[in-house]
Amino acid sequence: MQHIHKEAFDADVKPAPRRRLVIIGNGMSPGRALEKLFEAAPEAYEVTIFNAEPRVNYDRIMLSPVLSGEKSFEEIIIHGDGWYVKHGVMLYKGHRIVAIDRDARTVTSEHGVVAPYDKLVIATGSTPIVIPVPGANLAGVLTYRDLDDVNAMLLATKSRGHAVVIGGGLLGLEAAMGLKEQGMEVSVVHLMPTLMERQLDPPSGFLLEQAIEARGVSVHTKANTKAILGTDPSAGPPRVRGVLLEDGTELKADVVVMAVGIRPNAALAREAGLTVNRGIVVGPDMGTSDPDIFALGECAEAHGQCFGLVAPLYDMATIVAAQLVGDEGAAFNPSATATKLKVTGIHLFSAGDFADGPDREEIVLRDAARGIYRRLVLKDGKLIGVVLYGDVSHGAWLFDLLKRGADIADVRETMMFGPGAGEGAPLNPTAAVAALPDEAEICGCNGVCKGKIVDTIKARGLKTLDEVRANTKASASCGSCTGLVEQIIKLTVGDDYAPAAVQPMCGCTKLGHDDVRRLIVAKALKSIPAAMQALEWKTSCGCAKCRPALNYYLLASWPGEYEDDSQSRFINERVHANIQKDGTYSVVPRMWGGVTSAAELRAIADVVDKFAIPTVKVTGGQRIDLLGVRKEELPAVWADLNAAGLVSGAAYGKALRTVKTCVGSDWCRFGTQDSTGLGIKLEKFLWGSWTPAKVKMAVSGCPRNCAEATCKDVGVICVDSGYDIVFAGAAGLDILGTQALCHASTEQETIEIIAALVQLYREQGRYLERIYKWAKRVGASSIKAQVVDDVEKRRALYERFVFSQRFSQKDPWAERVGGKDAHEFAPIADLSSAIGQPA
Amino acid sequence: MTEEAWTDIGALNQIPRRGARVVRTARGCVAVFRTADDRVFALEDRCPHRGGPLSQGIVHGTSVTCPLHNWVVSLETGEAQGADEGRARSFPLRVEKGRVWIDLAALVSSTALEDATR
Repeated sequence: MQHIHKEAFDADVKPAPRRRLVIIGNGMSPGRALEKLFEAAPEAYEVTIFNAEPRVNYDRIMLSPVLSGEKSFEEIIIHGDGWYVKHGVMLYKGHRIVAIDRDARTVTSEHGVVAPYDKLVIATGSTPIVIPVPGANLAGVLTYRDLDDVNAMLLATKSRGHAVVIGGGLLGLEAAMGLKEQGMEVSVVHLMPTLMERQLDPPSGFLLEQAIEARGVSVHTKANTKAILGTDPSAGPPRVRGVLLEDGTELKADVVVMAVGIRPNAALAREAGLTVNRGIVVGPDMGTSDPDIFALGECAEAHGQCFGLVAPLYDMATIVAAQLVGDEGAAFNPSATATKLKVTGIHLFSAGDFADGPDREEIVLRDAARGIYRRLVLKDGKLIGVVLYGDVSHGAWLFDLLKRGADIADVRETMMFGPGAGEGAPLNPTAAVAALPDEAEICGCNGVCKGKIVDTIKARGLKTLDEVRANTKASASCGSCTGLVEQIIKLTVGDDYAPAAVQPMCGCTKLGHDDVRRLIVAKALKSIPAAMQALEWKTSCGCAKCRPALNYYLLASWPGEYEDDSQSRFINERVHANIQKDGTYSVVPRMWGGVTSAAELRAIADVVDKFAIPTVKVTGGQRIDLLGVRKEELPAVWADLNAAGLVSGAAYGKALRTVKTCVGSDWCRFGTQDSTGLGIKLEKFLWGSWTPAKVKMAVSGCPRNCAEATCKDVGVICVDSGYDIVFAGAAGLDILGTQALCHASTEQETIEIIAALVQLYREQGRYLERIYKWAKRVGASSIKAQVVDDVEKRRALYERFVFSQRFSQKDPWAERVGGKDAHEFAPIADLSSAIGQPA
Repeated sequence: MTEEAWTDIGALNQIPRRGARVVRTARGCVAVFRTADDRVFALEDRCPHRGGPLSQGIVHGTSVTCPLHNWVVSLETGEAQGADEGRARSFPLRVEKGRVWIDLAALVSSTALEDATR
């Protein structure tokens, strides 16, 4: 057995030894309790945490965006490893505690670590309930609780098969939508007549059901699961194949997710002799029946209730922290909680008690056409329940009225329409934010409340959104609270906040992108140091945001004159390959118009063999991607590809990526024009040019549009009479169909118009602004006016483009094979022989 | 205290200004940075966030921005800047007569350099 005692302190030098705090569990509530504890008394305790999960504290609420692919695990970490180091916390990851010895005041982990405590916090959380139907233990039956569950679900989605989610509550629906996002056919099975019946009244539950079904998930309410069906055991280890409902319906399933509720993990406490009911029973001080042991989070039962939403759990955490530093008066009083569903595009908010009753009144607003439903439940002149569906913007304000138990007589007629609606003044978002209490959570991703933002702004004299992001993390993750955060800054610093009529390029300057561009040309600034000097940059050499932008603006403004600054380029553009998560690179040769040949394919195959390239993949833009190339080997890989006539595909660049084509009139019975040939001509004309952000194009040979030209930055759809040019589509972070630019009757005219369009974008686009965003900002009509209607302007744009191409159409791979930037591809020194492997 | 063992790793001007080079060891790589004003710093070539190669980042002032997820790390201390938390190990360097020297003893005694073959 290991013991983790610190050496006895030398009494002459050190103060009395710190008290020892042991925490079982490393979820969000103990994480919050420690934050509060370290704020109040950083030195009071020597803290040891045992976490059965092998990882740091992460935001469990954000598992749904991880499942749907909107976020990565790294983005939902609350406390990284560094946090534990900084606060001197000993974190045992993957150590489940198996026993608490209250007499010896120690806990023991499954790996035999024994830790003594002065104070112990049990935060063992909860376990998902698995309904005891036949087949519940089959392979493929999952729950939804932690990252392991999410990973298991993500693995299951690879099959693109069928999923059944049992449970139409908050978690079940988030799981269902996440699985749907990942491409599965999903059914939700729910015992009750309407979805989320604990948070929603039947009308909003019904609206929600419609919205979920509209997203392609089938919903079965009043559906009782009878059995989970397995595959034939004679055909190998059985796994789930379907779900049988009480009414005889059989649903196909390659994976079943049970999300029917949670059960507090109280076994450890029970075995230790603590009072346990459904959860570990605690008093208002969060203390258990042992005065030195607290229970916290989903495992605790306070006021006869167990809790599962984050707000009351964080409240508990605050009380535990206060009790630990000796504030014996701190008491946990559960207040109403609000619920939001984290499914993109579905907005609902509910809080409090919204059951019907003879002593209750209600105010209801329905706008069926706009999908809006609002219901306020009143009792004794106070707001006790809120359900908002569709437009939830007043949720925080109403929730505050509810929590405070405010007398609503004055606002009764207008409260449905939000704060300030009664004064006849237009709704003022700032007033709504001003009305929020300090505890109101503003940033759900990072758990930042209004008070924290206001305090940090005041304490550190912050004035900009970027500063607030850097100092509080509010709005630093998904950004959906950016508007609220800006309002708070405005409220806190008043006139000092210039609400970015112009958003500065970055923290290094007050100037926005457009001003910087304009001044570079007006003042004839031709280098990064010159621009920084003349434009009064606040930092000596900029940052990773402004330097690549300046480099692009200078390059686009002074073709042939400005010397590219490779140190101001993101690594991918500096070494002309795409960095991967492990520090290796991917290599994508250009395939003009997506057309290749046996010789090219043979050369690629030879390179793959020669350099043992681990992964070869076809890209979405009709190219071949070679993944996992070591940086030192890039020039040699390129040399071999060059020898076969293959050049850089610029898959790494803010530049023309690909021109995707269909086979067109050469082969296709529907083809109207030579779409492949036009695609190749366009690509050969446009390649090498640097643009504000990447540019993807496509040419389709007929309106069936097999090359998917209508979601590209620029697309061409061939028709009998010529070429329809479309632009400003998107199919990434945003999805957006293109809009028509114009019709051209010849290939040459098409190329000229597209080159002029790209040049206008090069001159007007802000760095990293895709064409669709640029078009939205400047207006499609202004673009058409210059590129289509004004033939002289078009010609001038075209000629400026042609001029700049004289300096950019050099294959960067060939240059580096020839020795350019050799320092990039070799270590400065190799000390492998001097410093061997660790013993 | 281990004795110091200074080793010449190359000339200062082999490292681009506002850039970095890598020193390879059998226990992973060390990134050697050179600022615009010719100061040099050495950090383990692993971002405290997800192990990204800091040597590949954009160097600005006395910081580098990790190429993987844009964490900003101080070249002087190895500490992540802003609200991010974590630290990359840093190692002493010396510049003499245009040559850059690193202390092998400090590298050997460090436990931070793990085998990260690439």
